[in-house]
Amino acid sequence: MGKTLAEKILSQKSGSDARSGDIVIAQVDLVFAQDTTGPLTIRQFQACGFERLANPEKTILFLDHAAPSPNRGMSNDHILLHQFAQQTGCLIYDVGEGICHQIVAESLAKPGDVIVGADSHTVTAGALAAFATGMGSSDVAIAFGLGKTWFRVPESIKIMVSGKFPHGVEAKDFVLHLIGTIGADGATYKALEFGGDGMDNMSMSERFTIANMAVEAGAKVGLFPADRITEGYLSSQGRGDHYQPMFADRDASYEKTINFDLAALEPTVAKPHNVDNVALARELKGTKIQQVFIGTCTNGRLEDIAIVADTLKGKRRHPETRLIVAPASPQVLLTAIRAGYIHTLVEAGAIILPPGCGACLGLHQGVLGDGEFCLSTANRNFKGRMGNPEAFIYLGSPATAAATALTGEITDPREVM
Amino acid sequence: MLRGKAFKFGDNISTDHITPGRLAHLRSNLPELAKHVLEDADPTFASRVKAGDFIVAGNNFGLGSSREHAPLVIKMVGVNAILAKSVARIFFRNAINLGLPVLICNTDNIDDGDELEVDLARGTVNDITRANQLTFGKLPEVMLHILNEGGLIPYIKKYGDFKL
Ligand code: SF4
Repeated sequence: MGKTLAEKILSQKSGSDARSGDIVIAQVDLVFAQDTTGPLTIRQFQACGFERLANPEKTILFLDHAAPSPNRGMSNDHILLHQFAQQTGCLIYDVGEGICHQIVAESLAKPGDVIVGADSHTVTAGALAAFATGMGSSDVAIAFGLGKTWFRVPESIKIMVSGKFPHGVEAKDFVLHLIGTIGADGATYKALEFGGDGMDNMSMSERFTIANMAVEAGAKVGLFPADRITEGYLSSQGRGDHYQPMFADRDASYEKTINFDLAALEPTVAKPHNVDNVALARELKGTKIQQVFIGTCTNGRLEDIAIVADTLKGKRRHPETRLIVAPASPQVLLTAIRAGYIHTLVEAGAIILPPGCGACLGLHQGVLGDGEFCLSTANRNFKGRMGNPEAFIYLGSPATAAATALTGEITDPREVM
Repeated sequence: MLRGKAFKFGDNISTDHITPGRLAHLRSNLPELAKHVLEDADPTFASRVKAGDFIVAGNNFGLGSSREHAPLVIKMVGVNAILAKSVARIFFRNAINLGLPVLICNTDNIDDGDELEVDLARGTVNDITRANQLTFGKLPEVMLHILNEGGLIPYIKKYGDFKL
């Protein structure tokens, strides 16, 4: 019998015939932590008695969640991370050098890799056909020290997509609809594997958005095949040699298959306080929004900022709605500057944050006030997520976010396009 | 045999409820962070929980972030075990890695404040208040092994590698 993508990659990296349900030990091609999980990772690494990294050149620390640091505690954690990098020779991406998952996508991940990160959205690299998953600090510390980790090979759920996104509908709307359909625990312990002819029309940026949110359905990984679109993306990043085709076998066995027609989708929004609490944007008309946040590892890429700039060109944000934009990486920021998007956004009344997580996790740079409503392009709307348990977070696409910034209330982007 | 009081929570208690991002600056000051454990789900929990008590939850406990600080502070305040109908993947693995038992069972009939007695070896929960017995599912072999060693760090210190 053939293999799923998950079984294929874990077979290669464990040197065994890995089948769903098996426990395997796999070599890791990349292991990382960020500034809110890294200090504990380092302490666990040391508690284990390790002195050396298994692969310093494949071990990375990212200073992205508090970038730049808003307080003394985080600043001291940053010092600790820098010292560890100096001592061990691992790579470090400093404050301002981008969100970990975006840097992994742009510069590091390749098809067939096994990647573990001390951050749940490590799944983003699944868009490049890498078996990429989030783990806690202890697991990542052991992967730092041993260069490998154990996995239970997941069962896979096949997500078949057909058709094309209609005007005004984006990958974010699809993935919110998907999570709304299967639930926030609909894929717990499982792999989501995406396929179908709808994929031929999907850019890498769109695939990253979808893979990023696989974890919001509980999935261990969200895998896309590596095809000509993957190849084109890696070439555009100067990494054409990192490409190898990766597909599931035709006779692979899936726990189930779920079909989606992209053409039938409408702009979709997740309501507070759970990601699977979805509604159509047009059903939420009249919901006043005090802050629009565009960015994060879900939707902080150039394509996202381009959509927002297009929508806001020559217009101005609603006077009672703050508009915060955080490009996911310096590459995104520089390209957006060159394309004139940043100029357009600032003219429209936007605040531009440095590349990093920005307001996403409530550390700084856009903490909500009591009773305030936010429309965010991030992946999570849990109570307290943006720094205040008395606030309310809605999740939507960049187009919905831009339309909402214009009108000051949740708006179906097709109304303003 | 573990014995203590049940603190009941609902479905979808996220790592943001347990250790919110706004307190990220306290993650290198764990005793301070532990004072806020589960603050956004129940602000009174941290002051009421006693060593030996249990967290009893519904579905999908611990969803969200990979922050191991969430099970870590739950363990620090003395919680004996987490009982839930289901637990999110990363949290599950993190808790076991820290030597904190996670027991999957139908928690519907356990009420807040019930006295519980848990027998890890036999796989049973005795709700003394309600005179009700439950069984919980067995952990996968590898996780059981890690848990029995007191967590992943002691396990790797002992064996030097994964011994599956
Ligand atoms: S942008 Fe948000 S979800 Fe993504 S890594 Fe940063 S904090 Fe996590």
